[in-house]
Amino acid sequence: MFDISPAEWTAILLSLRVAVIATLVATPFGIALAWLLARRDFWGKSVLDAVVHLPLVLPPVVTGYLLLLSFGRRGLVGGFLADYLGIVFSFRWTGAALACGVMSFPLLVRPMRLSIEAIDRRLEQAAETLGAAPWKVFFTVTLPLALPGVLAGMVLGFAKAIGEFGATITFVSNIPGETQTISSAIYSLIQTPDGDAAAGRLVIVSIVLALGALIAAEWFARRATARLHGN
Amino acid sequence: MLRVDIEKRLGEFSLSASFTGEGRVIGLFGASGAGKTSLVNMIAGLLRPDRGSIVIDGETVDDTAAGIHVPTYRRRIGYVFQDARLFPHLNVAQNLDYGRRMSGLAPDPAHHQRIIDLLDIGALQGRRPGKLSGGERQRVALGRALLSKPRLLLLDEPLGALDEGRKLEILPYLARLRDEANVPMVYVSHDAAELRQLATQIVMLKQGRVTSFGGVKVLA
Repeated sequence: MFDISPAEWTAILLSLRVAVIATLVATPFGIALAWLLARRDFWGKSVLDAVVHLPLVLPPVVTGYLLLLSFGRRGLVGGFLADYLGIVFSFRWTGAALACGVMSFPLLVRPMRLSIEAIDRRLEQAAETLGAAPWKVFFTVTLPLALPGVLAGMVLGFAKAIGEFGATITFVSNIPGETQTISSAIYSLIQTPDGDAAAGRLVIVSIVLALGALIAAEWFARRATARLHGN
Repeated sequence: MLRVDIEKRLGEFSLSASFTGEGRVIGLFGASGAGKTSLVNMIAGLLRPDRGSIVIDGETVDDTAAGIHVPTYRRRIGYVFQDARLFPHLNVAQNLDYGRRMSGLAPDPAHHQRIIDLLDIGALQGRRPGKLSGGERQRVALGRALLSKPRLLLLDEPLGALDEGRKLEILPYLARLRDEANVPMVYVSHDAAELRQLATQIVMLKQGRVTSFGGVKVLA
């Protein structure tokens, strides 16, 4: 039963690559946004907050279609990136990573934001009285104290990215070896006669990955509490 | 030397204070709610006055008329808070070295050793702040502030969070700092006995106004 075929390996490795790249690229943006939402008051803050959470409540096929319209070969952003930077998203694994990044972004940002909000701002004041400029305060006090939350956000975002289906298949289709992730491979296998065993194996792989990610996120959250108490 | 002449509204409360401090330890005395902490936060640059000026050691750090407001991190002040505020993710040695690193000062082992001896904190260096007693934490906070080589040390009720026994344990260290560390201090307290032991000059605050000013005898 547990003989994973080369085709299945291809899907698993592609999923991992897509999810890792999506998470790594999304993380700096996620940290910046989490800090902005936790620490700043500005005009349009609640609108920005809503837009970030939109992929969570929008039908994934809608998000995928919007990505296709904007980042496709003839899309406004996609055309520009392809012509001037040579970055193409449509029907490529990079497009799958973009779709996964967008879909997992709300989950990635949330723990980061909560951990920044939990930091005692008086510690940042103390750092300032010791001669640290604001950006130094961020990198030597805020970020280290928020680190477990940042890692938890990355783990959750990764878990979501690895399971993403609707937006990905809408945006970049289901091409084996290029855009066929675990989820779209399972979808194809279920439609094929005799695909049940292979689909079952991939289902188990995705359960293991998701469960592992949740346990890791929980562990990071516990580390965060210990860290804030200085033990 | 410290010159303060400020006005500030904080909701219903208004603070208006003007004094010039020359002594080694300026004691800021008043009941809670008199505006002592707000005043110290303004000297530190954490709070901005509505009107007026603050001059530390000849440098104007605040002057609303001239549009001057030097940010906290460029004021070269040390600040010891009632609740120590040690960085929980750093050990004692890293906490002590933080100010020097952030201000880009060259290592000064002799000065470092002198402060550590003065406060008896050499044995604590490898520990995390969570594993220190209240008194130890406050001594490390004092050391951390002094090691950033401030030109003015602000102490806001540094003994406020400690019980009587611990207070008596820290007081001698503060007296030693006053006599040996060569850094002028602003010492905030609501405890007249504490100030009688430490201060060389008193600024008395009542409901946001300076009511008396002079030697320690104004506490009587």
